[in-house]
Amino acid sequence: MSTTEAEVDSLRAEALEALARAGNEAEQEAWRANWLGRKDGRLTLRLRGLKDAAPEQRAALGKSLNQLKTTLEYELEARRESARADALAALSADAALDVSLPGRPQSLGRLHPVTQTMNDCIDAFAEMGFRVFEGPEVEWSRYNFDAVRIPDDHPARDMWDTIWIDTLIEGERQLLLRTHTSPNQIRVMEQSEPPVRVIVPGKCYRQEATDATHEWMLTQIEGLAVDEGVRMSDLKGTLYAFARRIFGGDRQIIFHHSYFPFVEPGVEMAIDCFICRADGSDCRTCQGTGWIEILGAGMVHPEIIENAGYDSSKYTGFAFGVGIERVAMLRWGIEDIRHFYQNDLRFLRQF
Amino acid sequence: MKLPLSWLRDYVDIDLPPGEFAKRVTDAIAEVEGWEVIGEHWDPELVRVAEVLAVDPHPNADRLVLATVNVGEGPRTVVCGAPNVAAGQKIAFATEGAMLVDGHTGKLSRLKLRAIRGVDSAGMVLSEKELGLSDDHEGILVLPQDCAIGAPLVEAIGDVVFDVSTWANRADLLGILGFAREVAAITGQPLREPDRSYSQSDRRADEFVSVTIEAPDLCRRFTASIIEGIELRPSPPWMQQRLMRAGMRPINNVVDVTNYVMLETGQPLHAFDYDLVRGAEIRPRRARPGETLTTLDDVERELDPDMLMICDGDGPVAVAGIMGGGNSEVSESTSTVLLEVANFHPGSIRRTSTQLRLRSEASLRFEKGIGPDLAPYAQERALHLLELVASGRPAAGLVDSFPTPLPSPRITLPAARIEQVLGIVIDSAEVRRILSALGFDVTESRDVFEVTPPFWRPDVALPDDIIEELIRVHGYEKLPTTVLRGALPEAQPRPLERVREQVRSHAAGLGFHEVISYTLTSGEVLSRVVAPDDEDRAKPVAAANPVASQHTYLRTSLRGSLLATYAANRHHEDAAMRLFEVGVEYLPTEADLPHERPVLCAVLGGQRLERWERPGPERLDFFDAKGAVEALLDDLGVEGAFTPEEEYALLAGHTAAISVGEEAVGVVAQVHPDVAASFDIEEPVFLVELWFEPLTRALPERPDYAPPSRYPEARRDLALLVPAATPASALLEVIRSHRARGVSISADVFDEYRGEGVPAGQKSLALALRFQAGDRTLGEKDVVRIEQGLLRRLEQDLGATLRA
Ligand SMILES: [Zn+2]
Repeated sequence: MSTTEAEVDSLRAEALEALARAGNEAEQEAWRANWLGRKDGRLTLRLRGLKDAAPEQRAALGKSLNQLKTTLEYELEARRESARADALAALSADAALDVSLPGRPQSLGRLHPVTQTMNDCIDAFAEMGFRVFEGPEVEWSRYNFDAVRIPDDHPARDMWDTIWIDTLIEGERQLLLRTHTSPNQIRVMEQSEPPVRVIVPGKCYRQEATDATHEWMLTQIEGLAVDEGVRMSDLKGTLYAFARRIFGGDRQIIFHHSYFPFVEPGVEMAIDCFICRADGSDCRTCQGTGWIEILGAGMVHPEIIENAGYDSSKYTGFAFGVGIERVAMLRWGIEDIRHFYQNDLRFLRQF
Repeated sequence: MKLPLSWLRDYVDIDLPPGEFAKRVTDAIAEVEGWEVIGEHWDPELVRVAEVLAVDPHPNADRLVLATVNVGEGPRTVVCGAPNVAAGQKIAFATEGAMLVDGHTGKLSRLKLRAIRGVDSAGMVLSEKELGLSDDHEGILVLPQDCAIGAPLVEAIGDVVFDVSTWANRADLLGILGFAREVAAITGQPLREPDRSYSQSDRRADEFVSVTIEAPDLCRRFTASIIEGIELRPSPPWMQQRLMRAGMRPINNVVDVTNYVMLETGQPLHAFDYDLVRGAEIRPRRARPGETLTTLDDVERELDPDMLMICDGDGPVAVAGIMGGGNSEVSESTSTVLLEVANFHPGSIRRTSTQLRLRSEASLRFEKGIGPDLAPYAQERALHLLELVASGRPAAGLVDSFPTPLPSPRITLPAARIEQVLGIVIDSAEVRRILSALGFDVTESRDVFEVTPPFWRPDVALPDDIIEELIRVHGYEKLPTTVLRGALPEAQPRPLERVREQVRSHAAGLGFHEVISYTLTSGEVLSRVVAPDDEDRAKPVAAANPVASQHTYLRTSLRGSLLATYAANRHHEDAAMRLFEVGVEYLPTEADLPHERPVLCAVLGGQRLERWERPGPERLDFFDAKGAVEALLDDLGVEGAFTPEEEYALLAGHTAAISVGEEAVGVVAQVHPDVAASFDIEEPVFLVELWFEPLTRALPERPDYAPPSRYPEARRDLALLVPAATPASALLEVIRSHRARGVSISADVFDEYRGEGVPAGQKSLALALRFQAGDRTLGEKDVVRIEQGLLRRLEQDLGATLRA
């Protein structure tokens, strides 16, 4: 049996018509097996049957069949390509997602905003070579007060309303909840020799009524640098870098006069108000002054340097104390300090 | 303290607007917390000073009068209801359209004149309330006589009152004169001191009274003056107005003078009725045991021998520096005044006022430390004023007992120290200018300043104190920002903190929300979670003066805080909650600081979220809690062992102790339902506690490491029957320890089953085994042989059999 040119034409027409009907991947595969299958595809069989064709027709017929095979292979690939494109188009169009639907819930926790703020502050000072030190929350009165030049009967004690521990030691109340992190200035210097460059994070406590800006439990970072050649301008530079890192790279800072018994000179640092940018409005954050007080600082009092066993004519130092809640409130615009320790998840989830 | 600008201007010229003035003061002197403008609404044309020319009865009303007033444009008649209006007074007078506070509604409104009881009124004579000065609407405001008729009231008595917070070491700033001196220094204006001149009678003060200080450690100086011919009456309007602006209530001219001079100089004074001082003598001495004194506020005070009393010949007449006694009080019958101006030990005043719970304007000043030389200064000023406002005749001289005057300190300040401390040079002319302006005496030779502080600055004692004076007046804005120089300190390893922070952040990563709770709690809450026989925890450290009773005890466990927080959030959270806190347990020790033991405590429970963020039927359980522990430990590079445990407040059979190596590092459990219920938690809630001290000790210096094998591992799943009480961990332990010629075997449990098909008293555990050789690919035969050896071992050791 031999194949004529006409047969080839009709085979082509039949195959292409069938291919046009093969709408999906499975039908296309079936079509391929039917026509081009390696074992018994109809065209494969024809090609295999060439050897039986009349010798004078064999060359021409072989050429036609091979052309047909190339055509079918090409058309199949084109058909598949267009089917894929159609499917993708359908996926994009008919099966388009409502992307506003919620994602599949994942379990996600967060660090408390005070922890986050603390970590950012620690990082800011760590970049400047400050190491972290920690001290006890229940503290000896002599560290909390006497060692930082706040003797009993000194009115400066009014600056820190104290929660005392009711245990008597040698008949006296000697323990308290530290009112500030400053006793750690003494603890650090007792344990080390200059150069000293530490920050001390931790909780502090005040015997104080709470309101939107006052909380009886609070979190501070104390900073201390003592060495030969530590100057007040270094304090300003250190706090300047801190302020810019935490509150934005265009912050300005100012010092103004203040009094803390353990520093001399003593200052408070303020940053320019990044809320109103001193536009003269009735700004809630800075009360219209254009400046926001951030922290207290100063040069370590020479008596404290001497009491640590350092030579105060040789070594100078600076110290500062930052209230973390206040920093956090400013960063996020939190209006009431009492949110922090209520631990309402609706609050905590926002940070 | 209240700082009226008008009063300040007596001593120094100030022409800065209030905001600018406040900023300059805050930068260099003390913190201005705010200010109040007096007369902000007084229209200069419509509210003016007038004089009352005559007062006549109203023809139609008994309670009203017709006042004829002159506001500089001839007499006018106004209807007035105030009982205190009188001819000759200077008063505040408003005409139609003036903005005033309505006497009834208290709101600002525009004055509309109308006839009152048939008589037209040309204007209104104003009360303090109508002017917005106070709530006083009883009578009209009587102005000082020196107010000019027709002058705008805002010019006559308008003012700005600054509210200033001063420092614990600066008594001088509690005097307006002290403040003025500082302002003069920062603005470069000269200071005008108040008039201290007075005439003296022929009799000498020491003929009237003797002073003997019996407690010179508590009373450093005592001056007394005598003023005869006192006419007790209200002090003049200008003085009353100033006292009120500064926040004090006028009483009578003598008391007002003592308060006025105290506000002015910062030195407290006290006036006695001389005729009530028994024995014509004053003896400052310690109180005797059991002695009492009824103070001016009518409270009988019990005294103790640490308290300094001012006594006369018979006994106490005043608590020194704090409050006078009722027995020697100035009254209408007083004609001779004994004026005390003294200097007391600051700490003693503070101790006494704390013990008596009596803080007065005087004690607030004394406790900050006042220079003893301020006493005669204040005497002179008070005598000047008593002569002026009480017609007093001062006796000659002061009785002045000053047992041990201290020489003025001389402070040596090398110029180099200024640069050493500040990092900038302040040139010597500026140093001298600043210190002189503040009243310091300063000389300089060879780059060293010799400085003597003025008598009103006992707070200045060291060279660095002077450096502070210099830089605050020079201006902190002149300090540059520089970078710390020098070597960095050596790093101290702080392994516990590192582990704690790693666990903290990983816990958040695992879906736990960090909370921070109050560390003081109540005994009742603690007792719900702490066993009564837990010696470390059942007797917590207590605060002597807690802020509230529910914050009395330092918590010895975080569990109560977390469960309470869980319960509080359950009111508005529907789905699973996972909370944790990193804190310390405050464990009491004998006569030392409590041990602050760092722990992580986490609680979790509730319904797992489904696809649509809705709580599904499946609840978090013990294995969620345990899985979190395993993940936290895995993050630290260690594996925990979990063994059954029984513990107070935790559900037996659902509690595991966690250990790593030899160290017990925590607990994971279901909270006992009764305990959960005591926190109003009505669902299963689970708890994790990790203890950082043992955990840190248990960590290896370096985690184990083995390179990944180049050969594939062989896997086999099998199910074993074991006695029901055999923990899965026992199987895993045997498998881990099984040795098979260089082949390592690891296993995971992937199912536990009891019930049909499993004999009673047994359970089926499904294990996924992995076999790995370091040097070859294992063939089927190898695996079968090793597996059979392992099964024999499991049967021998644990009675495990292969489940058919
Ligand atoms: Zn602002």
